[in-house]
Parts: sequence; C-alpha cells; structure tokens
Amino acid sequence: MRAFVYDRPDAVDEAVASVAADPQAAFLAGGTTQLDLMKDGVWTPDRLVDISRLPLRGILVESQQLKVGALTTMEQLAAEPVVAQRLTFVREALLAGATVQLRNMATIGGNLLQRTRCRYFRDPTVAACNRRSPDSGCAAVDGVARMHAVLGVDERCIALHASDVAVPLLAVEASVLVSGPSGQRRIPLSEFWVRADEGPSIENVLGHGDLITEIDVPLLPQGWRSGYLKVRDRASYEFALTSAAVAVQMDGDMIADIRIGLGGVGSVPWRAREAEEMLRGTHVDPVRFEQAGRATMASAFTVPGTAFKVDLAVRTLSRQLITMTEATR
Amino acid sequence: MKTTRSTAPAPTAQDEYTVDVFTVVNGAPVQWRVDTRTTLLEALRDSSGLTGTKRGCDQGACGACTVHVDGARVVSCLMLAAQVDGRQVTTVEGLIDEEGRLHPLQEAFVRHDAFQCGFCTPGQLMSAVCLLREGRAGSDAEIREYMSGNLCRCGAYDNIVAAVREAAGGGA
Repeated sequence: MRAFVYDRPDAVDEAVASVAADPQAAFLAGGTTQLDLMKDGVWTPDRLVDISRLPLRGILVESQQLKVGALTTMEQLAAEPVVAQRLTFVREALLAGATVQLRNMATIGGNLLQRTRCRYFRDPTVAACNRRSPDSGCAAVDGVARMHAVLGVDERCIALHASDVAVPLLAVEASVLVSGPSGQRRIPLSEFWVRADEGPSIENVLGHGDLITEIDVPLLPQGWRSGYLKVRDRASYEFALTSAAVAVQMDGDMIADIRIGLGGVGSVPWRAREAEEMLRGTHVDPVRFEQAGRATMASAFTVPGTAFKVDLAVRTLSRQLITMTEATR
Repeated sequence: MKTTRSTAPAPTAQDEYTVDVFTVVNGAPVQWRVDTRTTLLEALRDSSGLTGTKRGCDQGACGACTVHVDGARVVSCLMLAAQVDGRQVTTVEGLIDEEGRLHPLQEAFVRHDAFQCGFCTPGQLMSAVCLLREGRAGSDAEIREYMSGNLCRCGAYDNIVAAVREAAGGGA
C-alpha cells in the first residue's frame, strides 16, 4: 500500500478544505471499498482525511421524508422502524447486501460512491481499463465477464454499479446534499451517477473536495407496497446478478402508480421508466409485466458472459411485479 | 462505555506517516505508534501480540479477522488502526470472564465440534457473540444468513449452527 498522511478534522468545512487543497487527498469513511482498493494498488491517495467522526450520523424522521446522515451505517438504516414500514424495499436491499460486519462499517454515503467490482478494474497489472486509465481499452469486453453491466455501457467499459440499496433509493427519488469547496448543493440521485457509455472514467458528478453530508429519502405514501428481489450465485453475501426494486400503489387489481429500479444490470443503478409508463394505470397482467421488462432491456449491450442477464432481468422484474401486485389482492 | 471524540486525544504523529493510537483492547488501555497504513488487524497481532484474530483473505471476504469495535462486529482487515483511536476493541482473547472461564458460546463450539482446523474459529465466535446479542438466532436459516460473513473452508457449518443454536437457548 502506498504511504499516506492520516488526518482527522473535527468539522465538515475543515474536512472539505483539507481535501480540496490537495489534489492527492481523499475522504475516508467506512473504508470497506477504499482499503481494499488501496491494498490492491488501484487507488493511491497521498492523504486520507478521515471523516468517520464528523457529526453526520443518524436519521431524522420527518412526515414525508427521512434525512439520513451520510455516515449512517447500512445496519443503522436497516434498523430504523420507519424504513421497515414505509420503505420496505430499502430495508430489504440493505439486508441483502454484504454481511453484518461490513454493514456495521459501510456508510450510506460511501455505498452510493462504491467503485465497480470489475476484476480487471481491480487488478492494476491489467493495462486495458478505460475506467482507470482513459483510452487504454477494456479487458472485460473480451475477457471473463459475468458480474458486469448490460445497460448504460458500450464496448469501452461494461463496469457494473453493484450497490443494492442505491436501486430502491433511486426508485423513490432520493437526493444527496453535498458540501464542497464552492458551497452546498442538492443533487437528485437521477442526476448523480454518470453512465459508462457517457464517459467510462467518470463515475459521478462530484468534484474533488465534494462531500456527501446527507441523503434525503422521500417516504412512500401510505398504502404503497414495496419489495426488493435479488437473484445471485449464492444465497447470501453475494452481489446481484440481477435485482428488482418495486413499489406499487394498487387500486383493486389496477396498478395506480409504480416505481421500478433494477440492479445488477447497469453501469449506474437503473430506473426502469419505460416499464413504469407501460404499467401505470393497467390491470395486473403477467404478460404485460414481461413486455415491460423486455422494453427496459431493449437497449442492452451484451458480451457472451453477460447475455444471460437480459432474460434473467426480465424474469426477475416479472416475478417481483407478480409478488408485489398479488400481495394486495 | 463509549468514548467520544471530545475525550479521545488526537493522534500526535512523530512524522506524517506515523500515527499514535490510544484505544482500549479487551478492557485494558493500549497505545500503538504505527505506520498510518497499519490495519486494526495488524496492530492487534503485531503490536499487541493478540494473535487470536486471524488474517485470512485480508480483503473483507472471509471474516476470520472479525472483532468488536464499540460492541459491533467488524472485519479488522478493512479498518485502519488509526480509526479505533478512542474506541473499545474486543478480540477473541476478551471472551473469557474474570475467572478465566470460556464464554458459553466457546463451550458450545467445543461440545459440538464446531471446527476442524480452527483457523476461522475466532472470527466465527466473535461474529456469533454479536449475532446472539442482535437476537438473530430465531431459526437455523436466520443463523446461517447472519453468519454468512464467516467462511469455514473445512465446512463445519452444520456444527457451527448447532453450537450457536444451543448457545441461544434453542437446544442442541
């Protein structure tokens, strides 16, 4: 691991100033992705600014939304009773991710910023990685691909964003509050991540020194139902091959309103807006569920190792739609 | 007792790549002067000689290095030693009581032969102690799910589940 200076400021503005002043500095929060990447030599900051003691931990429950401090751990958010009641798919996605040990360390802000698990990205001896080194190529496109993306990607990069909880957070239209060198701003998650096919080396819209301080999560209105289905190679402690986060408001056997997010398929957490539009105001119909899934996956870019994900994503979404709409009848 | 930032002395490094860490390990105050890169796992083993905590994968995948920080289970290979400054750390060596008796969970592991080579056992124990506190031993399936961060390459899982179930009061 490359040597670094360790710094632990007491306040958000100090932390921001400390990172902003040094191009080789970075924030350190839960560390579960960061230390791993540093050991692998993929990420080599000269200065780590430890933000884990800043007062950004905890959940404020308001009538229409949660204000989640960016340093709140995954376990802490999963344990919040309002999350279980009004954001069931957020709780299910949290508990389907990683392990208790990692969820006790990993923060919600860090989860949104996690780096791709692409093994070529994480191996610095692999030269071809457009995400690490612009214009160097992509080893995964011609290599062993399975845990890779099929939406928002092209031949330059098929890196997957592997977060579970980001999928329902995107579907429920959460936003992040950011403190940076030029002040505070709010960024909706729908505008937060940058797709690999829009620039493989840029992962999100944050600039150097920008720090997520809070995630604001709208509560689903009363009467909505939500759930998260994750399909994976082993039953626990495994990333999604495909996943579906669905929230519905039913009116009899009609879908009055719906939100859909897909995981395991995109270079960014994926909102399935086409599917939502096809299903809103329609009666429960598994054939239509499949058509909505097909429409979402129509733009997929696949390589031999990821071609299976198109059908699997359609079936994952269909099954979750059946579960979510049956439960209310 | 949780120690907050206000009572914990800030590290006073001798040079910019060294950090002084003041922490409490198994109830005893400890001071480490270490390279900033030192993980909690390395500090426990190499600076404090607490070799019960094992280095397995060193990338957060196997759980052999599981310890408690302020009562919560974490993997010590993915945490910097500097990050536990002012916090309470418990390792497998801290499971025995004041009279040196094994923790009931350790007794259950022995009774159920819940290991073969034993390398993963300290991590399994530290994880399972928290699982019991978290109230997640409601069924064998729940025990398996909430122990999924601890791999056992000998495959002693059935016996580990039996030991945890017994320690939770669910019978052998």
